Amino acid sequence: MSFISYLKDGISLGSIYAIIALGYTMVYGIAKMLNFAHGDVIMVGAYIILTCITRGGMSPVLAVAISVVVCTVLGVVIEKVAYSPLRKASSNLAVLITAIGVSYLLQNLALLIFGADAKSFVTVINVPSVSLFDGHLIIKGITIITILACIVIMVGLSLFVKKTKPGRAMQAVSEDRDAAQLMGVNVNATISLTFAIGSGLAAIAGLLLCQTYPTLTPYTGAMPGIKAFVAAVFGGIGSIPGAMVGGILLGILEIFGKAYISSQVADAIVFAVLIVVLLVKPTGLFGKNIQEKV
Amino acid sequence: MKKITNKTTRNNMINYGIVIVLFVIVQALSSTGNLSRLLMGLLVPLCVYTIAAVSLNLVVGFSGELSLGHAGFMCVGAFSSALFSQVTADSIPSVPRFILALLVGAAVAAVFGVIIGIPVLRLRGDYLAIVTLAFGEIIKNLINVLYVGYDDRGLHVATSAAGLNLDTGGKQILKGALGISGTGALYKDIKNWFFLIGILLLLLTLFIVQNLVNSRSGRAITATRDNRIAAESVGINITKYKLLAFTVSAAMAGVAGVLYSHNLSLLKVSVFDYNMSILILVYVVLGGIGNIRGSIIATIILYALPELLRGFANYRMLIYAIVLIAMMLFNWAPAARNWRARMMEKIRGGKTKKEAA
Amino acid sequence: MRNWKKVIGVVSAAAMTATMAMPASVFAADDETFKIGVIGPMTGDYAQYGTNVYNAAKIAVDEINENGGFNGYKVEVLDAGDDQGDPEKAVNAYNDLLDKGMQMLCGTVTSGSCIAVGAEAAESTFLFTPSGTAVDCITSGDNEFRMCFTDPAQGSKSEQFISEHKLATKVAVLYDSAADYNSGIHDSFIEAAKEYGLEVVEDQKYTTDSNTDYSVQLSKIKDSGAELLFLPNYYSDNALILQQASEAGMTDIKFFGVDGMDGILGVENFDTSLAEGVMLLTPFSATSEDEKSQAFVKAYGDAHNGETPNQFAADTYDVIYAMQLAAEDAQITPDMSNEDISAAMSASMLNIELDGLTGKAKWTEDGECDKEPKAFEIKDGAYVEMK
Repeated sequence: MSFISYLKDGISLGSIYAIIALGYTMVYGIAKMLNFAHGDVIMVGAYIILTCITRGGMSPVLAVAISVVVCTVLGVVIEKVAYSPLRKASSNLAVLITAIGVSYLLQNLALLIFGADAKSFVTVINVPSVSLFDGHLIIKGITIITILACIVIMVGLSLFVKKTKPGRAMQAVSEDRDAAQLMGVNVNATISLTFAIGSGLAAIAGLLLCQTYPTLTPYTGAMPGIKAFVAAVFGGIGSIPGAMVGGILLGILEIFGKAYISSQVADAIVFAVLIVVLLVKPTGLFGKNIQEKV
Repeated sequence: MKKITNKTTRNNMINYGIVIVLFVIVQALSSTGNLSRLLMGLLVPLCVYTIAAVSLNLVVGFSGELSLGHAGFMCVGAFSSALFSQVTADSIPSVPRFILALLVGAAVAAVFGVIIGIPVLRLRGDYLAIVTLAFGEIIKNLINVLYVGYDDRGLHVATSAAGLNLDTGGKQILKGALGISGTGALYKDIKNWFFLIGILLLLLTLFIVQNLVNSRSGRAITATRDNRIAAESVGINITKYKLLAFTVSAAMAGVAGVLYSHNLSLLKVSVFDYNMSILILVYVVLGGIGNIRGSIIATIILYALPELLRGFANYRMLIYAIVLIAMMLFNWAPAARNWRARMMEKIRGGKTKKEAA
Repeated sequence: MRNWKKVIGVVSAAAMTATMAMPASVFAADDETFKIGVIGPMTGDYAQYGTNVYNAAKIAVDEINENGGFNGYKVEVLDAGDDQGDPEKAVNAYNDLLDKGMQMLCGTVTSGSCIAVGAEAAESTFLFTPSGTAVDCITSGDNEFRMCFTDPAQGSKSEQFISEHKLATKVAVLYDSAADYNSGIHDSFIEAAKEYGLEVVEDQKYTTDSNTDYSVQLSKIKDSGAELLFLPNYYSDNALILQQASEAGMTDIKFFGVDGMDGILGVENFDTSLAEGVMLLTPFSATSEDEKSQAFVKAYGDAHNGETPNQFAADTYDVIYAMQLAAEDAQITPDMSNEDISAAMSASMLNIELDGLTGKAKWTEDGECDKEPKAFEIKDGAYVEMK
């Protein structure tokens, strides 16, 4: 019974990683950059929802809608101001460092505006938990919602990429940016769209993260961001189903590590497993093996 | 060929020169009582971070690999040397003990460099970055659960305070999350020399790095950075040279760690997290990837700046983040570079016009 | 491009040299005012502790200035030294405050920083920490004192309280093993368990980086049959733990915390019913009925937007008042050197007795504070003192 209970906890944790990883993997696959600030956009989204509900007195739906809009705009602005000027820079470390700068900027702005106190998050999604096996196995309502959201987003994104014009443009840019440009694809607009979608998803991720773990500080997004990044790589960066599978598996690994080995070194175990996977299959579970051409 | 060698040697000598001149200026100011306590306190940490930045530049700049786990090497160097110092506190006098501690720290860090380097260097680009990040976190995690004690029977290692089973008269040195305290106090008599030692270590680091870069191995390393496939086809053993750079870099980071742990009276693992790795990376990138002199100058400015901005308390980190982004854009964005080039042209063009007139 | 870099390099070096050339004491020693420095986390994860301490110090100093100051001289609190909870930055802040003329230090707030600064201040500047709980905080010198309990003391006094009040016989612990504060208390709690006849049935850990998901640890604790869960953690972690414990159906287990638990009712949007029945060992509560506490809470709220002070603030308030008593006893004057002030104050600290917000306190030669621990229980969303 504990095994199943741990499995359930792992899926619960993993679903959060999966949602965050989806945003990471999209941006990496198409813009070919690691958006270190993604975790912090999530934090911003969560703060907006919280402020709208508690200070603005708005309904949860409206608050979430506003948050999605603001995050989307934020994502596009960040891309235009900080990342796109560096796209053709001589080293791709430049854009990574700038992303780190943006991350610090967001964290410190949040610190100034909202303060460092941990705030409890209001319960927005009130789905009752499912109780199985006579109360021995309790699946939280929020977990079910998160997994459903994950699946919906995954399917939605996949369809978007395959069936719509902008989606196919994203695929083209992801495979060969220069060729896509030559074929008439507006690369700038496509990348902006990618960031827009990724950041909008971040707002949703922020909501679900703070429903599962209802505490919010300016640093709440940082660690989940890194772990979700690990999850995205685990699943194969650039692969949308990979992000979901990677996220869930990572969550399960982390919980099992805590349960059966030690709760102190669970993080180390997670990272260690990642290293093993990368050494055995570097492109991750679903990634494509692209041979470098001379 | 001779011309190039002279130019490189001149460049290298300038780097030594800058360090020595700064040292002399600082000494002059401090002996005339003109150095504020704040800046005096910053001197040794500045050496620590500069050594860390120069050693990271070896991997990032010359080997072309993004390493996000540099703090992990500093961490193992710091802890191994602090343990060594505390355990041999009574048996070896302070000066030779410190030299040995430096060697211990460098050696342990180098060993970790090899252990981590062998699997890691087979990966590429962003994957390599994450794995180095992962290793940094693993090291941090593992040391945090360690308890080390020392009594007449010898050294004890355990994962909890109770598990140490020390005899009476035994001392707990590493207490898990509480870290190691009191290492600085062991060296009270030579504390005033720490800055000089730091400068000497920095000069040593410069020496090692610059000579490595300009040697045959160094050229092989830069070849692999510039065009991996071409280098491979010419017969250069990529893994061996990358590993060499990585290990040397790790050893120097270990030395920086030793200096850190002996300057502060409390050593905790939690400071050696990915934030510190990223901080050092920022110093390297802003100074110019592959530019040793830039690393030195950037570290000095970027480390001292937040401290000098103390008056702005709440806005300190915010200003830092903005300056960081602005400098990145200014230095690296092709659009900005073009603008600068045109500006330079205008200034120069203006001059020649004046001359002609 | 090269020229630009050279220019920037030279200009920066010149700028650095120029700032270095600032004379060491730009702020000349003021012969009429005592200058107190406060060091703590003013930004970063623990900012609310640092700011509470700083605000309380200012309130206490303002009150004292209206009532004759220290030995007749006015007192000034310098701009806060921000260490962000980092020992290295704390030492930098300490040096900076000394440059600005600090004569006595009220700080530091966190233990790690206190150990580092303690080593620097030994025998040179009077150090009085309101909240540094690790044992080594004040061991570097005779001129260092503490207002609060040490971590080991909190651990063993908790055991004592639990055992004397017969709260439970089987206890479990869940703590952050990557943090010095929590680990210190945990280690002494476990050791004291044998002495007070309590059985530790489950000892669970988490790390600072993984402080959001406690499902594994809590399910093990639930299965162990523990009657009381000891939580020597800060309230932000404890808030999550309580919430997840309730979700896991752990309704008949008692929760016991120490001073870090204080503030849990103040977490914005926190469902206080989750904290019903939680007990904590802490020297101060903002909802205490006694006059002094009420006056302090009101003064703090008036000065800071209706905010409620936590016990860090209360401890600091007592520190400043204790400093005043010692200053009177030692007859110090602002023109004395830091070393002289420090030596005189250290001797006087052993003579005074403070009836403060956090209890009646006296000090012993090792700098430790001798006062009675108090425990509170949360009933109907307020702290009620347990007798």
